[in-house]
Amino acid sequence: MSSVHVTTTINGDAVDFVCNADEPLLDVLRNRLGMTGSKEGCGTGDCGACSVTIDGRLVCSCLVLGAEVGGSKIETIEGMAKADVLHPLQKNFIAHAALQCGICTPGFLVAAKALLDNNPNPSEEEIRFGLAGNLCRCTGYDKIVRAVQATAKEMRGA
Amino acid sequence: MLAKEKGLAFVLAGGTDLLVKMKAGMIEPDLVVDIKKIKGMADIKKSATGFRIGAAVPGVALSENAALSKAWPGIVEGANLIGSKQVQGRCTMIGNLCNGSPAADGVPALIAARAKVVVSGPKGKRTIAVEQVPVSPGRTCLKKGEIIEAILLPKRPPRSSDAYLRFIPRTEMDIAVVSAAVNLVLDPKGVVNDARVALGAVAPTILVVADAAKALIGSKLDAAALEKLAAACSAACRPIDDKRGTIEFRTKVAGVLARRAAEIAYRRAGGKL
Repeated sequence: MSSVHVTTTINGDAVDFVCNADEPLLDVLRNRLGMTGSKEGCGTGDCGACSVTIDGRLVCSCLVLGAEVGGSKIETIEGMAKADVLHPLQKNFIAHAALQCGICTPGFLVAAKALLDNNPNPSEEEIRFGLAGNLCRCTGYDKIVRAVQATAKEMRGA
Repeated sequence: MLAKEKGLAFVLAGGTDLLVKMKAGMIEPDLVVDIKKIKGMADIKKSATGFRIGAAVPGVALSENAALSKAWPGIVEGANLIGSKQVQGRCTMIGNLCNGSPAADGVPALIAARAKVVVSGPKGKRTIAVEQVPVSPGRTCLKKGEIIEAILLPKRPPRSSDAYLRFIPRTEMDIAVVSAAVNLVLDPKGVVNDARVALGAVAPTILVVADAAKALIGSKLDAAALEKLAAACSAACRPIDDKRGTIEFRTKVAGVLARRAAEIAYRRAGGKL
């Protein structure tokens, strides 16, 4: 397959890169752009560790080709904290011990942010369904759900 | 482009199956055509004749469309049962249809709705019923170089609605063991004057059960009509035995789900039970 030149926007910055036609966006982010926050868990869209948003839609970057994202607006975990200031979700994940090994965490944070952007006041069930595409083998999910609930409450009050 | 390629050519819309197969080495395409930026492929249009859903519209865009969700809640709930939010951000109903799975969650409600698809190819365009597309598990009627460009949903009469239910052994992120879609139109008195019932995962392709629809037409969904509906559904089943469900289980549950889906569709259409 041939190479493709792509111009796009990632976390508000104009970015251009050359990738193979069959190269997943996740590999572009990690191997070509040095953005290693998005993780590869399964590579088949089951685990959510590579979650990013493209034009506001939550997707698995392992199931998107780099060649597809020309002209899109991509948000990754690297864009979540503003300089040294953590996003409320990041702070609450720490406060509620919602991570152990941490491999799933970037994906959970991106997915949780997408959830709260669409629904600032989700029920526990909505949170669990909203994050069903993210797998965590450490926490048992409960602490993650608590952290998202706390963040939703905090952000609604803000 | 697709027709001219001598090797293996694939359409890329959502990519939630294609990219997985490529990664696993199950397929090695010579050509992949991304259709998302072709005009009309990525939007939902409402017109006097109904809805036109482009082939590249992702699942999440269906539930975001208030008019579509109101007119065809069963179609939207079926499509939204596919995969996670991440998968919903990409996966398309046409992709679901063209996989040719009898257990496809996006398809039974389309068939119950009498939806059609526009097939576009080297010889021009043709419009066919959704149920004509899958011919056996994993196979469709599409010829080389042909793609589906859109789904067409008919205009909704007043007092009409639909519903889709599936059985899975967990709460989500699974594929139907049995599923049922029911589409109803009521008269002003609440009597069913049109019905269509489709069952998933109980035969090599999704079934349209005419006898089940007949059982409902003319009724107000009384117990006897529902009983006849369930019996007709079970009688139509030709399922397989596998680790996910036995023949006996699928046959029985098909009737149960159809009955429940009919009740939901009836209430949504404004009927009182």
